[in-house]
Amino acid sequence: MTELLQRESLLKSVVFLRILIGWHFLYEGVIKLFNPDWTAFGYLATAQGPFKSLFIALTGDGVIGWVDTLNTLVLIFVGVTLVLGIFEKWGIIAGMVLLAMYYFAHPPFPWLEQRNVEGSYWFVNKNLIEIGALWVLYHIPTSSYFGLNYLFKKEPKPAKTPQS
Amino acid sequence: MKWTRRDILKGLGGLPILGSIWWAGAANALVKSKDRTEILEMLKIEPTLPSALPEIGGDPIRIGIIGFGIRGEQLCRALGFATEEWIEQMKEEERLTGNTQLKEFLEQEKLNLRIAGVCDIFDVRAENAIASFSTAEHQVKRYDTYQEMIRSGEVDAVIIATPDHWHAPMSIEALENNVHVYVEKPMTHTIEETYRLRDAARNSKAHLMVGHQHRQTLSFQTASDIIDKKVLGHVSVVQTFTNRNDDNGAWNYDIHDKASEQTIDWQQFLGSAPQIPFNKNHFFRWRKWWAYGSGLSGDLLTHDYDRLNCVLNMGIPKYITASGGIYTHNDGRNVPDVLQVNMDFPDFSTGSTQAPGKEKGMTFTYNATLGNGFNRPTILMGHDASMELGNNLTIWPDSGSTKYAELMETGKMKPNVPIYHYNPGANVPDAVSSATSQYFADKGLMWTYIDGVRVNSTYLHLREWLSAIRNGGTLSCGIKEGFEEAITAHMTGLAYKLGRRIEWDPVAEQIVPIDDIDLDQVLLSST
Repeated sequence: MTELLQRESLLKSVVFLRILIGWHFLYEGVIKLFNPDWTAFGYLATAQGPFKSLFIALTGDGVIGWVDTLNTLVLIFVGVTLVLGIFEKWGIIAGMVLLAMYYFAHPPFPWLEQRNVEGSYWFVNKNLIEIGALWVLYHIPTSSYFGLNYLFKKEPKPAKTPQS
Repeated sequence: MKWTRRDILKGLGGLPILGSIWWAGAANALVKSKDRTEILEMLKIEPTLPSALPEIGGDPIRIGIIGFGIRGEQLCRALGFATEEWIEQMKEEERLTGNTQLKEFLEQEKLNLRIAGVCDIFDVRAENAIASFSTAEHQVKRYDTYQEMIRSGEVDAVIIATPDHWHAPMSIEALENNVHVYVEKPMTHTIEETYRLRDAARNSKAHLMVGHQHRQTLSFQTASDIIDKKVLGHVSVVQTFTNRNDDNGAWNYDIHDKASEQTIDWQQFLGSAPQIPFNKNHFFRWRKWWAYGSGLSGDLLTHDYDRLNCVLNMGIPKYITASGGIYTHNDGRNVPDVLQVNMDFPDFSTGSTQAPGKEKGMTFTYNATLGNGFNRPTILMGHDASMELGNNLTIWPDSGSTKYAELMETGKMKPNVPIYHYNPGANVPDAVSSATSQYFADKGLMWTYIDGVRVNSTYLHLREWLSAIRNGGTLSCGIKEGFEEAITAHMTGLAYKLGRRIEWDPVAEQIVPIDDIDLDQVLLSST
């Protein structure tokens, strides 16, 4: 297994996945940062499923402003950590929590009406798949292979020569 | 430590990616925002905010309810009074379907009033009101006739939710006794009484409000601003529709199992209507006969007409033609269930952006069926843009627009992309259940939104009336609007029944006479 994790081709593909997910989070965050009219109100107010009341509570006056700011900041944090390759585990955990909230706000359960979805989903949707992908990233850290961590960790833990 | 080129690539490779994404996100958001701001600044539309009303202070206003049927109960709920039966039913619906009406009812702000009396000629309904609304301090009093209630000195204001043929006699009686009136639409049943009621309202110290609650809908008030700012240019056509396809929508209401000659004062129900033997069908489903109601023209066209009159302020049409028939519910009714109405306003204009004199005049169409529920939205079609109007409001620029020609050319506006959307209740979950309720909700007749919270527009309409009773002030649907609505409904009824074009003389303020025909007799006749 350890050998497998050190295969250059695997590391490259995981880095690729990490950059893609980071890209996705970062762009979503930046778009919201530069759009003063953006709000999660609609998404939260239409929440369905077991945690409906919790999400609706987040739309309250005085709360929604914080929710919007935090959401934007966390999206950017996740994006920056994954793209730059620094504090990646923190970024991954934050990303998984955020995605889990998105998933449970509008869960693709067959007994719920699916609103504003672009595809057909049955329990599994793109949020859940992205959570799965982050889980993989969590177990295969790559910031020491590609990312700022490579520089910081260079001395104590030099990159091993990968098997060809 | 010395960094090699490889170190730099592997360590800092993410930086240019990060920079690019940041730049792209910021640029895209800013360009969109700039285009949007440019369009919005040009349109200068001011989305309507709810108006604050002075407090309804002093002693609670004493309300008398005349007619405690389906609409009477709804009006009482809007006032803050629901029957036990309804609360139980809503609890059940909340459990089964997530219906939020009970929650909204309970959250509704309390108005400073009490239900002092009820007048309903069906014992079950009167007793229901008394049992539900009486308190330890105040027993709701039952009156056998509306005259007794109005003259009792025990009510300050009455709410009239009776069959149409009783609207004017009751309103006039109340106004002559300086008792405030909230009367359901259509305001009157005949042409002659429309003038009498107008005189009574003008001479009374009391306030008259006609029950077109959608005047409280924020999107309509915003639409009015849009018309004033000439965003649509010259509006030549307005299309309105009624689409219903259920028993309730076709006025086939439930017949109560306790209804009998012993429990219903049949003579009082008939009043001026043709004297016929006791008939439960007529009593509960009176909207289906010209003798007591006015069918699509008085019942539903009036909503659409008044919705647009509140936006455009176009007044009574110069000409009306109408056609239709009983095509979907041949069940003994004599009012049509399919109706097409064309109203012409040859001198009306919402403003022109082209050469002076080129554009003037507007046709307003109303098309209704009680045999199909497909939702057709209200559309206002202008030279520069089209507006779809309901609880939400959307504006699309027109490809042939003069006003937006330059923005179209530069691609900042596209004919298929809305330039403005107003949704005061953005994404608020909706649990309106039945087809008829949804029909009303879509048209903004049932709900409006204040700070994103759904508010019953009837509640707002009643609140405005109560505030005027206590504090004075003008009403959004008073006698002027009621007169225009009633005359338009009657002209439509005449056009349909006579199969002729009916003309309004705005100077003489009367319907242009036709031969020797008694127009009121035509309106009341069964065919």
